[in-house]
Amino acid sequence: MVAAQGSDGFVVFDGVQKSYDGETLVVKDLNLSVGKGEFLTMLGPSGSGKTTCLMMLAGFETATNGEILLDGKPINSVPPHKRGIGMVFQNYALFPHMTVGENLSFPLEVRGLGKSKREEKIKRALDMVQMGAFANRRPAQLSGGQQQRIALARALVFEPDLVLMDEPLGALDKQLREHMQFEITRLAHDLGITTVYVTHDQTEALTMSDNVAVFDDGRIQQLDPPDVLYEAPKNSFVAQFIGENNTLDGVIKEIKGETCLVELDGGSLIDAKPINVSKVGERTRVSIRPERVEANRDRLDPDAHLIDAEVLEFIYMGDVFRTRLKVAGNENFIMKTRNAPDQVRHRKGDKIQIGWLPKDCRALDCPT
Amino acid sequence: MALADATQDNVPVGDTTDSRGRLVTSDGTPLRRALERSMRRRKLTAFALVAPLLAFIVIFFAYPIAQMMWRSVDNPQVVNALPQTLEALQDWDGRDLPGEAVYAALHADMLADLDRPRREQRIGPLGIRLNYELSAARSAISRTSRNVADFQAPYKDAFMDAHRLWGQPELWRVIKREGRPLTLSYYVAALDREYDESGSIVRRDENRQIYVNLFGRTLVLSVAITAMTFLLGFPIAYYLSILPMRYANLLMIAVLLPFWTSLLVRTSAWIVLLQQQGVINSLLVNIGVISDDGRLSLIYNQTGTIIAMTHILLPFMVLPLYSVMRTIPPTYMRAAKSLGATPSTAFRRVYFPQTLPGIGAGGVLVFIISIGYYITPALVGGQSGRMISNEIARHIQQSLNWGLAAALGTMLLVGVLVLYWLYNRLVGADSLKLG
Repeated sequence: MVAAQGSDGFVVFDGVQKSYDGETLVVKDLNLSVGKGEFLTMLGPSGSGKTTCLMMLAGFETATNGEILLDGKPINSVPPHKRGIGMVFQNYALFPHMTVGENLSFPLEVRGLGKSKREEKIKRALDMVQMGAFANRRPAQLSGGQQQRIALARALVFEPDLVLMDEPLGALDKQLREHMQFEITRLAHDLGITTVYVTHDQTEALTMSDNVAVFDDGRIQQLDPPDVLYEAPKNSFVAQFIGENNTLDGVIKEIKGETCLVELDGGSLIDAKPINVSKVGERTRVSIRPERVEANRDRLDPDAHLIDAEVLEFIYMGDVFRTRLKVAGNENFIMKTRNAPDQVRHRKGDKIQIGWLPKDCRALDCPT
Repeated sequence: MALADATQDNVPVGDTTDSRGRLVTSDGTPLRRALERSMRRRKLTAFALVAPLLAFIVIFFAYPIAQMMWRSVDNPQVVNALPQTLEALQDWDGRDLPGEAVYAALHADMLADLDRPRREQRIGPLGIRLNYELSAARSAISRTSRNVADFQAPYKDAFMDAHRLWGQPELWRVIKREGRPLTLSYYVAALDREYDESGSIVRRDENRQIYVNLFGRTLVLSVAITAMTFLLGFPIAYYLSILPMRYANLLMIAVLLPFWTSLLVRTSAWIVLLQQQGVINSLLVNIGVISDDGRLSLIYNQTGTIIAMTHILLPFMVLPLYSVMRTIPPTYMRAAKSLGATPSTAFRRVYFPQTLPGIGAGGVLVFIISIGYYITPALVGGQSGRMISNEIARHIQQSLNWGLAAALGTMLLVGVLVLYWLYNRLVGADSLKLG
């Protein structure tokens, strides 16, 4: 399910708008469809509207306009407790006055399940997150990672079809976060649950998701699988927001099918792939990933345009070398090269020439 | 320093021990002593900061309380005034009148007292003391002591002529019973009990029982006031806790107003509002809820006490509740709802249990304050709204029976401590959150 429009998904946002104050829209005309079993991440800077969308889906905020559908049924007027959506909160929201077992038992009790049935499900859920031995502990006696697992188990114990996660890994340290990323993805796929995951961490979004919706300014800027998002950003916001990115501003000189010629502000000419530019003379911002910048002429097309660069800094990072260059006036142009035996280690002040394949250099809109 | 140098030469610094195996610092001082020395200054500072208040509390709080508790059992009057009589009474069986020897001893004691300077005379206090146990004892003693210098043997007849009470074994029983430096009789009286002829403790007549009922009423009123402050305070505390800080502070001022208003102003306001011809009654009559004959008595009774004290003590309930509720993030309620709980279930099972430390603190605070409250019941409580503290005040200021007042006060203090201990056992005082 890659489709952004349409009403055949499991979760559908149909022209949803949200305003808190009646003057500004926090969410502007949101259309989104999530297929059953899909892991969708809403990624964006804070204030981009992603959490508001999640809260509307959970039922804690109401859409000002438009319709949200769950499994084909509109849910705008369904209160949160009748939606049957599991949710993992940013700070876990484990009930501090209950033990782990009681926390997990809570959603089952309010659904009127019998004791033996409850115990069976609690045990299964705890085993699922490898926390079987902790049923009698209180949340305060658990580490952050353990609380995270319990919060996950609690959101899954009543077997919802849809689970929402609101930056669930934000409070964990880096190593634990990576481990939990893997575990959450595995669980979601094993159980076939549809997951909507909100984060501002792009690594998290890229490693976990089937699809990522990049939010900015109340709109989805791009909705694509992670690899497409990284390699083929559709506009300069996405290019800038996902991964590391080099940008150079210029003017379109010539468009020839899949390539175009860009005259940079410094006067040099480079090749690029036109993405959302249409006519000659338009201002553009080209974007190149640091690992696609090449200083070795043998690896480039013979007729590729080259551009002069001055080495400002060379950082040895073990597996890669990171070279900061001054290119066409941009002093933060990064080149990442693999640490290979034949790789050149540049020194500060070196004058070199760099280039790239035209398809790796994308001519995007130039934000004003 | 020779030792220190030697140590430094031989052993690496940081993990050194002396000859007895104790850890030492790099200059050879035992580690423990070095630590004490470095901590001494800090301890002194801490003590200096605490000392003024500590002294204040000892002098003006702990010492008077100890004094009061001592007064409730202290019983010097009879021992001081009648030493010879008490000695002569030792073999008395307590049934018939004592013999001539006892009356002679009494005569001698009374004569001895006449020789004392006026301010040191002990017969006056004796009369007051005996009067607590037996009314008319004071007049018997004062009338007798005026003429005692003229008495001739046989003294028994002379005393019985002077006042009929000397011919009743009851007075002698009281003198013998209270002829000890410590007594329990104030507590016996405070529990609405008395000694019968055989010296065992029995209940008083129905119409002379005051204190036990009053303790009971004090307890009931305090529980009612605590419950009222809880019912009124919980919603407002909840509302304050979910408001933005700005508005919460503004509303908090309204809650705290009772603290800042003079008691006299408030009392007159209550009278204006609550009296039978007052604002509330007139309003109810005017809109036809009650008839003019059926005006409610809202003041100078229990209702008045409850209304006024609920108003005064409300902040003590709201503040701890508010401070606890502030710390409960709204995500808990959201989480409960997302797990399928209706709003009321979520409130009951997730929100409410987390406010318990605040309810406990507010409840204990209001209850303990109201159980010993004096001024408001005295002003608006009338007869039926009096509490035990009003009775204690009456004994201190009017009847001047300080021993009984001390016994009542001690019982109140012990009662509060017992209740606090119970609370601690059931809920745990650590869970108290006062702000």
